[in-house]
Amino acid sequence: MKDKNLVSITDFNKEQYLKILEIAADFEKNPNQKLLNDHVVASLFFEPSTRTRLSFETAANRLGARVIGFSDSGSTSVKKGESLKDTIIMVSGYADIIVMRHPREGAARWASEVSSVPVINAGDGANQHPTQCLLDMYSIMQTQGTLDNLNIAFVGDLKYGRTVHSLVQAMCNFNATFHFVSPEELKLPSASKMHIKNNKLSYYQYTELSDVIPIVDIIYMTRIQKERFSDPLDYEKVKNSYVLDRAMLQNCKANMKILHPLPRVNEISEDVDETPQAFYFKQAENGVYVRQALLAAIAGVK
Amino acid sequence: MNKEQRHLNVTAIENGTVIDHIPANNVFKVLRILNLENNKNQVLFGDNLDSQKYGKKGLVKVSNTFFEGNEINKIALVAPTATFIEIKNFEVVTKKQVEVPDQIKSIVKCFNPNCITNVENVPSRFTVVDKEQMKLLCHYCEKITGKNNIVFR
Ligand SMILES: [Zn+2]
Repeated sequence: MKDKNLVSITDFNKEQYLKILEIAADFEKNPNQKLLNDHVVASLFFEPSTRTRLSFETAANRLGARVIGFSDSGSTSVKKGESLKDTIIMVSGYADIIVMRHPREGAARWASEVSSVPVINAGDGANQHPTQCLLDMYSIMQTQGTLDNLNIAFVGDLKYGRTVHSLVQAMCNFNATFHFVSPEELKLPSASKMHIKNNKLSYYQYTELSDVIPIVDIIYMTRIQKERFSDPLDYEKVKNSYVLDRAMLQNCKANMKILHPLPRVNEISEDVDETPQAFYFKQAENGVYVRQALLAAIAGVK
Repeated sequence: MNKEQRHLNVTAIENGTVIDHIPANNVFKVLRILNLENNKNQVLFGDNLDSQKYGKKGLVKVSNTFFEGNEINKIALVAPTATFIEIKNFEVVTKKQVEVPDQIKSIVKCFNPNCITNVENVPSRFTVVDKEQMKLLCHYCEKITGKNNIVFR
């Protein structure tokens, strides 16, 4: 994977996903490996995302790399009207790898085409966030011992949730059965359903969260945002229907785990945090190992 | 001899290309896509001409100019029915039918306002994922621009 860009989750194939997860498991056992001592990683956050930035910068630091960059384009030449192309060409003259987050969809793809060094997409608008997808896969693997033949429920905003779309695409490589739980207004887009059908896999749609709890191995929760509804009354009607609490978990499978890309608002009540099913905080921690694995693989040292 | 035939005879060209069977009212788009607005040769065009096949049609004639396959296919979005007829010494030499290409570059605008191609100076690029329904997958934002949202840049 040396010098490869990661812009969209489909840039990697099944073999490459598994390779990254394998390297990540090694970093989890032994996180401080100074493999990138002579590397400079640019962390370019054209919009703020503290969580993702800290995860990437921790990963780079644990590998011994030096990190340059900015956490918000407000204080840079971008504010003075510099084009993305010019910024990327300049930075690719300084750094060995670029990690970038940008509010516009397609920004990372464009950057990867003008950059002379590899680009890792840390989120481009509502489009892709492939490292989130890899850490979701890592967490599924870790909790289930496999990625194959699982029943996975996705709950909440399935229409706009980019992490849902990417993870559905990726898990189509592993013979998953999909269970989609959402209000009518926020159902999975047809492009994602087409992807499942093209892979000859099955999906089921529900409006009741309780229907899926006994049958699935993974529940992937997402936040329902008020702004997504054209009529605020529609939001009021559904806002409490997709909240997971401890009492609901009574009849779940023993191996079932709950994932969430975080931050949560109220969709997982705090009494779930102490149950064996809660895995979302560990999932966030896993992000560092997965990003270490990715940086090391792209730098060609793993 | 009807009026149209007489008109065509008057403007017959010795060497060049006739683009026939352009859907009515799309002639100006064809002229633009093929950059004939800046062509220094004789360019003649007609719109809403009578057509046996389509009722009404558009037609372009351009002297001393011939088009390559990828140029021909550029107009597939506005004139999928068009034929390119090459003329040499007043004789028809070849007829080429427009084909919908696999990739479309620069000429179409992505319909997603938040796409980087609409914000920065980036040439647009699409994969035609459905040639019948004309669904264009943006190489950058990965959204689909449908037939009804196609706008030329
Ligand atoms: Zn686009």
